This record gives sequence, structure tokens and C-alpha cells, in this order.
Amino acid sequence: MTETGITLRAAPPASLWRSVLRFFYRHPNATLIALLALPLLWMVVIYFSSILQMVLVSFYTTDSLSGRIIPKFTLATYQQLLQPANLDIILRSVAMAAAVTIAAAIVGFPISYYIARYARGRTKVLFFLGVMMPLWSSYLVRVYAWKLILSNEGILNWVLAQLGLTGVLDAVLSIPSIGGASLSTSYIGMFVVFLYIWLPYMILPTQAALERVPKSYLEASADMGARPGMTFRKVILPLAFPGVVAGSIFTFSLTLGDYIIPGIIGNSAFFIGSAVYTFYGTAGTFPLAAAFTVVPMAIMGVYLLIARKLGAFDAL
Amino acid sequence: MDAETPRSIAIRFSGVTKQFGTVRAVDDLSLEIVDGEFFSMLGPSGSGKTTCLRMIAGFEQPTAGSITLHDKEMAGVPPYERDVNTVFQDYALFPHMTVEDNIGYGLMIRKAPKAERHKRVQEMLELVRLPDVGKRKPSQLSGGQRQRIALARALINHPAVLLLDEPLGALDLKLRQQMQVELKTIQREVGITFIFVTHDQEEALTMSDRIAVFNAGRIEQVGTPNEIYENPATPFVATFVGTSNVYAGEVALRLSGSEQPFAIRPEKLRLALPDDPTPPDSRSAPGIVHDVVYLGMNTRFLIDLDGGGEAIVIAQNIEHGAAVSAVRGSRVRVIWKQDSERRVQHD
Repeated sequence: MTETGITLRAAPPASLWRSVLRFFYRHPNATLIALLALPLLWMVVIYFSSILQMVLVSFYTTDSLSGRIIPKFTLATYQQLLQPANLDIILRSVAMAAAVTIAAAIVGFPISYYIARYARGRTKVLFFLGVMMPLWSSYLVRVYAWKLILSNEGILNWVLAQLGLTGVLDAVLSIPSIGGASLSTSYIGMFVVFLYIWLPYMILPTQAALERVPKSYLEASADMGARPGMTFRKVILPLAFPGVVAGSIFTFSLTLGDYIIPGIIGNSAFFIGSAVYTFYGTAGTFPLAAAFTVVPMAIMGVYLLIARKLGAFDAL
Repeated sequence: MDAETPRSIAIRFSGVTKQFGTVRAVDDLSLEIVDGEFFSMLGPSGSGKTTCLRMIAGFEQPTAGSITLHDKEMAGVPPYERDVNTVFQDYALFPHMTVEDNIGYGLMIRKAPKAERHKRVQEMLELVRLPDVGKRKPSQLSGGQRQRIALARALINHPAVLLLDEPLGALDLKLRQQMQVELKTIQREVGITFIFVTHDQEEALTMSDRIAVFNAGRIEQVGTPNEIYENPATPFVATFVGTSNVYAGEVALRLSGSEQPFAIRPEKLRLALPDDPTPPDSRSAPGIVHDVVYLGMNTRFLIDLDGGGEAIVIAQNIEHGAAVSAVRGSRVRVIWKQDSERRVQHD
């Protein structure tokens, strides 16, 4: 060999850290295990096992004297769940969750569309802040603020009175079953507050989905003769659909499980969340509370299956 | 193009200007594109060629001036009412639709009956030589296949003009050359006016009936590939389309006896020994070889001319080995025929 002028570098001194890194370099699976062990432990042991526990309890019954849970399989709790009073609670919750979800999709879509397609730079930041800032302040404070806004002495009534629209408000409030003495004690008021509270959870995933639709798709659609409405139906909506579904999962399940808003706004009728809270905390009827908790899980399961059938996840 | 039959004007630009904020993307541009021709807009990025294409499609509106399609003013006409279709640079195939639905999109919009739609989609798939991919999603196709599907989708409406925005840019060299030939063939088959935007001068020369060379929002020259290459009108065209030696001022005066700038192609220069005689119809200049690059088919020499100026000389490697045995530092004489000098306008 001729002289090359290159000398081999001496092997670097072995250190513990270096050999640990080298071990992980040689065993990629070990890296994965090291990364996932803790979160998986958390998920499986603490999360799934408690859900399982809860589902189990829903099939048990309680000793009527001591109130202790008797681990004996029974469907009695579910029979109890299907009694008209309890069924009412479920239907009321599902109807509210569905109404809030649909409204959130309708109100959220144009905002998402504007943020994704038109807002640039500073405007975009402002819109993001506007959507997210409410999430930074206390949920309770915002709900109580709405109670004041919606009350008979509140600013909304005052504004409507100034505009001479008090009659319209009264007409709306006199609609049977969703109306009430005032906005803050009616289902309409509750709906408005739910919609306000969960709207960001609809806007963010929808906006993210719209962001991924290149402008050239819209141009191509127009180029081939589609008017804006057609482009919206055939191109924008199908491509944004997974985002809307993701948002609807949030708004639907969050409304279904909430127990604070029904306690503060509205006529104190039970919703699933408040029923669980009462049966578990005050009444101590654990199996019924557990059965009530299984309901939203089952509903969400069915909801996701339908969403998959509709092709909501095809574009993922 | 057939020179016998008079052709009508498909697209006419009259004094078109497009301003984006402070940037003037297209500057007082006038142009006529004839029915049935393969017309290329060639230029570097930012030269305004894509903006022109987008103004024809209706995605942008001119700031000033007018664009007509078959003598119909296009101002204020939205894209969906224009009889033009576009092949997009990123293809813009709809990912949630099958290839069939993508191609049939225009017909679906026009509410064509299903049977007719299916038949025409199949015809289009045959035209682009991909008869069996109709049921697939765009994500299951290769880049070249997507490109053809985008072409089929744009052609199915049989537009008056087809616009192509650098459609071959994402393909590798071999596929690109193959598609150049196919595009040209398809254009002849369907007889539609193609307006093709590219920054690749070789691509433009290969396919076009006529080329417009764009620079800084203006057109430097319009002509056939032959005219553009052989008689470049400006120093920009001379250097952007192919390679040219461009001389001006003092150097031009010394080399050709006139201060007016001139361009000369490297393959029209020839290397000789320093003492070789110059033929009567030719001119020559002495110099020193600065660099030699062997390129397989030919060899490129960079010559430092005595008294200033450089010359690129390309010699075909007809014999085995380098055509001229000049090496770095050799003294040589560069010889060219006077009639291969091309006078160009000042920049």
C-alpha cells in the first residue's frame, strides 16, 4: 500500500452512555419498548382496567341494606336503566348532543374555511387566538358568565328589548318543551352554552382537514365546469369530512358526558352526566351510575361505526 | 402546422398587465395564439408565463388589457364558464375519487348520462394508453400514470384550448422524454390548441410549433423552434435557449468590426492551431484553452480570448478520443463563419 496520509482514528473511549446509545441503535425494538412502556402501562393498568371495572360493576347489584356491591351477574341494573324516567335522561342527552354537534358543524365550518383558506399571517394568528382563548379561562367562569348573559335581567334580554324584539324572544321561549321562563332556565339556553363551550373542538379539526386540501383541487374543479356550490359538495366537503367527523366526536361525546352545564343552565332536568354524578355521589347506587356511563360509550361506538361506513376515515 | 389554410386566432392577449402588490408579473403583453397549434411559453421561474396561463384559465384576472378566446372577451368570465381546461403542475387529481370518476368529472358536472360518461371515460383511458386503471384511486398510480390521467381528465370536455402548466416537471428524464413525444402525438390526434408552460428549453424545442420566450413579465421573442434557436432576437434568448457566446461593445468591435452585440452558438465555432489560416468567409481570434470538459457526445472547451472575452466551443467527438488535442493552457485559434454571427438587440 502506498502512503495515503490518512491514519485510522483510534476507537473512542468506551463510556456507559455511548454503549447505551449503541445498544438502542442495534436494537430498534428495544427503543420502541423503552418509549412506549410507561404510557402503555398507564393506559392499560389505570385507564382500561378502570373502565373494565366500571363495566363489570354495571352488571352487579348492591345489597339493599348495607349498600355494598355484590359481585353477582345480573341484568337488573340495565332493566332499571330502561325505565321511562331513565330512558328520558338518555334520549334528552342524545338529542342535545346531536343538536349541539350539528349546530357546531354548521357554525364551525365557515370559520374553519376562512382560517384555512383566506386568513394569512397576523389575521390567522388572531383567528386562532379567538377560537382558542376561551379554552384558557375557567370553564365554570364561562358557564356562569353565560348564565348572567341569558338571564331575564341579562344583557341579551336588554339588547333584544332595545331592538324591540322582546316579542320574538317570548315566542321562542313559549315553544313547548324547549322553551322556559327565561333563556337561562330553558333548553334553548343550555344548547347555546353547549354550542359555545364545545365549538373550538369542532373548528380545530375541521380547519386542519381543510388546510390539507390544496387550492389546485378547487381550481381543477372550477376548470372542469363546476360552479362553487358543486365544488363545495363534490370536492371540499368530502375531503373535509374526516375533520368534521373528528370534531363531531368531540362535541358529541363532550356534550353527552357533561354534568356541570345541565346543573347551572336549564331547568335542572337530569342529563347522563348529572345522573351519573347523582347516582354515584349522592345516592350511592354504583351499578346504575356505572350503567349510565356505559351508555355514552356504547353510543360513541355505534357512532364511530356509522362514521366509518360513511367513509369518514377513508381519507386518513 | 399547415401554412396553406388560414387559421383563426384562439387566444389573443392585448396589452395585458398583471400586478401582484408591488410586483408586476406580466407587463403590457400582447400575443396571438393560433387555433390548433402547440404553443409553448418558455422562461425562467418568475418570468410571468404561469400567470399568463392562469389568466387564460380564469384563475387570475388581468390588472389591465384584454384576453380573448375566439374573439370573445374573457374579462369577468369565471373559470367554469370558459371553454379551456388545465393540466395542473401537481396534477390536482381528486384523491377521494377513482380514476374513472376523476376523468368523468367534467361530464358529471354537465349531467351527461351514465352510459355515455362510461364510454367517453374509456375512450380517454385508451387515448392516454392506460385502459385498465379506471377503478383505481390516484394514490395507487405512478407519477407518469397520474400525469396521463390528468391529461385525460382535461381533454374529455374537448376544450377549445388545453393549458398545461409544467406537467412533466415531476417526472424523471426518460419518462419525460417519452411523455414529450406522446403529448405531441395526442395533440395531433385531438387537434386541440395546446398552450404549454415550461422552463425547460429542450422540452419547448422538442414539442412546439411556436415558442414565446418570457423574461421579467415580457415576451422577448416569439417564433418557431428553429427561428428561436438560429436567430435569437435578444442576448437573453440567445443564452436561455441553448448556449451562446454573446459579445458586446469593445469585444464585439474587435471580433466582428462592429460594436453592435452579436451571439454565436458554440457548435458553430471551431478550434485550430494558432498559426492556421482563416478562410475568406470566416473570422478568427486567438486565445488560450482555459478548461476542457469531456461530455461523451462532444467536448466543450472554454477559451480565454487574447485581449478579453471568453468563447465556449463545442466539438463533436466524431473520432475516437477528444476531437481536438488541445489541453488546458494550449494556444489555439477560434474560427467561425461570418454568416453564423447573429446580431441581437441590446438588453
